[in-house]
Amino acid sequence: MRFLLDAEQRAFAASLDAMLTAADTPAVVRAWARGERAAGRALWARVAGAGVFALAAPEAYEGVGPLPVELAVAFVELGRHVVPGPLVETVAATVLLAGLDDPGPAKRLLPALVSGEAMATVTPPGSSYALDGDAATTRLSLSGSGLRLCPGHGPVRPSLDPARRPTPLSPGGELLATDAPVARAVLWARLAVAAQALGVGLALLDRTVAYVRQRTQFGVPVGSFQAVKHRLADAKVALEFARPLVFGAAVTLDPADVAAAKVMACEAAYRAARTALQSHGAIGYTAEYDLSLWLTRARALRSAWGSPDACRETVLSGGRRR
Amino acid sequence: MDLTRSPADEAFRAEARAWLRAHVPSVPLPSLETEEGFAAHRAWEAELAADRWSVVNWPAAYGGRDAGLARWLIFEEEYHAAGAPGRVGQNGVNLLAPTLFDHGTQEQRARVLPPMASGEVVWAQAWSEPEAGSDLASLTSRAVRTDGGWLLRGQKTWSSRAAFADRAFGLFRSEPGTAKPHQGLTYLMFDLRAPGVTVRPIGRLDGKPAFAELFLDDVFVPDEDVVGEPGQGWRIAMSTAGNERGLTLRSPGRFLASAERLRDLWEARGRPAAARDRVADALIGARAYELFTWASASRFLDGGSLGPESSLNKVFWSEYDIGLHETALELLGEEGEFADTDWSEGYVFSLAGPIYAGTNEIQRDIVAERLLGLPRGRR
Repeated sequence: MRFLLDAEQRAFAASLDAMLTAADTPAVVRAWARGERAAGRALWARVAGAGVFALAAPEAYEGVGPLPVELAVAFVELGRHVVPGPLVETVAATVLLAGLDDPGPAKRLLPALVSGEAMATVTPPGSSYALDGDAATTRLSLSGSGLRLCPGHGPVRPSLDPARRPTPLSPGGELLATDAPVARAVLWARLAVAAQALGVGLALLDRTVAYVRQRTQFGVPVGSFQAVKHRLADAKVALEFARPLVFGAAVTLDPADVAAAKVMACEAAYRAARTALQSHGAIGYTAEYDLSLWLTRARALRSAWGSPDACRETVLSGGRRR
Repeated sequence: MDLTRSPADEAFRAEARAWLRAHVPSVPLPSLETEEGFAAHRAWEAELAADRWSVVNWPAAYGGRDAGLARWLIFEEEYHAAGAPGRVGQNGVNLLAPTLFDHGTQEQRARVLPPMASGEVVWAQAWSEPEAGSDLASLTSRAVRTDGGWLLRGQKTWSSRAAFADRAFGLFRSEPGTAKPHQGLTYLMFDLRAPGVTVRPIGRLDGKPAFAELFLDDVFVPDEDVVGEPGQGWRIAMSTAGNERGLTLRSPGRFLASAERLRDLWEARGRPAAARDRVADALIGARAYELFTWASASRFLDGGSLGPESSLNKVFWSEYDIGLHETALELLGEEGEFADTDWSEGYVFSLAGPIYAGTNEIQRDIVAERLLGLPRGRR
């Protein structure tokens, strides 16, 4: 039993962090929110180049997976830098395609997802919207009749997070399979959302700590006031206890563990967002200030790929310890 | 990353489980905060110790099994899952013993630890004073040099277990007038039945004498009962405080077992929707605490140490424990107010969690200043 990231995993996180820091992701996010895709596509290619989309794909389809711990490592960094685009959906599509009985669709569609040439989206079970359906090139829909490759998409419905662009998918299209590994795809998607939320929360806390150290009022940094410190300490406690749940879920891939990780990481990120907003004061409540990119992402991730309510149900129906 | 246990660890688990199944009392012992319950819990410690289960991670020379941290965590899981009694000796085992391992002499370890392991000598802590709570370094109880030892003078309070315990450990001011309040303090062990000691039990919220005031009137302590160097008590005590708020006092096994009991209660009451989210959150929190602890244990085994991170731990488990018990009381409905339910004693105990071992306000200051790097300010 050694429940720590190894040196290689830590180096992977550090290299992604460095790459994304240099990429000026806030500008990319803002362009993506306006429907301008060039910068987002370029960043997507670099994320793929770092191997992120290979982590859920088996070697038979030019992947290196399944490597769920490395996937969690990567999504923490993607969240930390609020990278836009259907990242989670591409993971879900990868798991869906790789798990079909007929290897045909995976052979045809998966290598392009792994390499980053294609970008996938999926309608989660029970949802009518697929994230970034206008930008995705591989659009999958799940319905009672099976897994379809959709020919097009409907209009974008604005999200509270402007960088998320949900669209309905057009009906019809090619039927890829009548039976798809939906539960497994949801599991991986939830894990990716949980890790992404953890990264969003960690970034919110870092930015807020930096802000309250330099912002002065009454002649001292506002971060020296106990009322401010204690809110930030509580945000830190919540994030540091969500972190082992996320990585534990990646190790076991047990549905109750993954659901628990999603509940707690999304809650910790959202609490961190509320604390970040309050600690910044009015400047934090502006669209212009970059903090808004993380604030709105934290809210949106809560309901993505399973509401807190649905995830708690999965926890309660999970196995007993003994 | 790996969460699997070795076959040897699983064999240890099976051995612990079998022993507990054969020995855990079928009827719960009376509250350990009563005279009768204290005696029953002391006898239980002797039963554990007879088969070397009272301090599994201690060296065999002192009554342990050299089991190490990972197996201690396994033992705790089994212990709490079996519904075994609370540990009357925990102040000594979790606070004084680690201090003696780090700062005591060979003679002190040989003399103090075996009777601690067997429950023959039960220890109380003597930190706080009427005017020194969160600001512990402002304490004024004196240790005055005398022939062959020290004379203790002053008053201690909120001394857990002192109403029925045998001995106590704490900090005393041996050099008055130092430049800083945490200088000139000495860590001493003393007999609660020595001449000059008056113990006045204090009823906690439910009236049970869970702690006491200690009045010390020239109580003689021989030199052999000074832990570490005189004047170095603060540094020595802080290493103990890290243990108290960190891993040892609240093992994940305890919360895993409580969360499963809560789920049982919720199901027995027909799975009421109003409590559903909180029951789920109790299960989630117990798993988070377990995994957090395994990560800490892995860092220990890699040679790391528990620093200000222990403050994260203390805030988390103390708030968690109250929330879990509040949910249970609400599920009990009308019975929730009764003092004799399966949950009442634990609820009352949980309410003290955010106060002792350094209040949660002090812990949040530590998190903010030492982990987040925020500037110091007025408390």
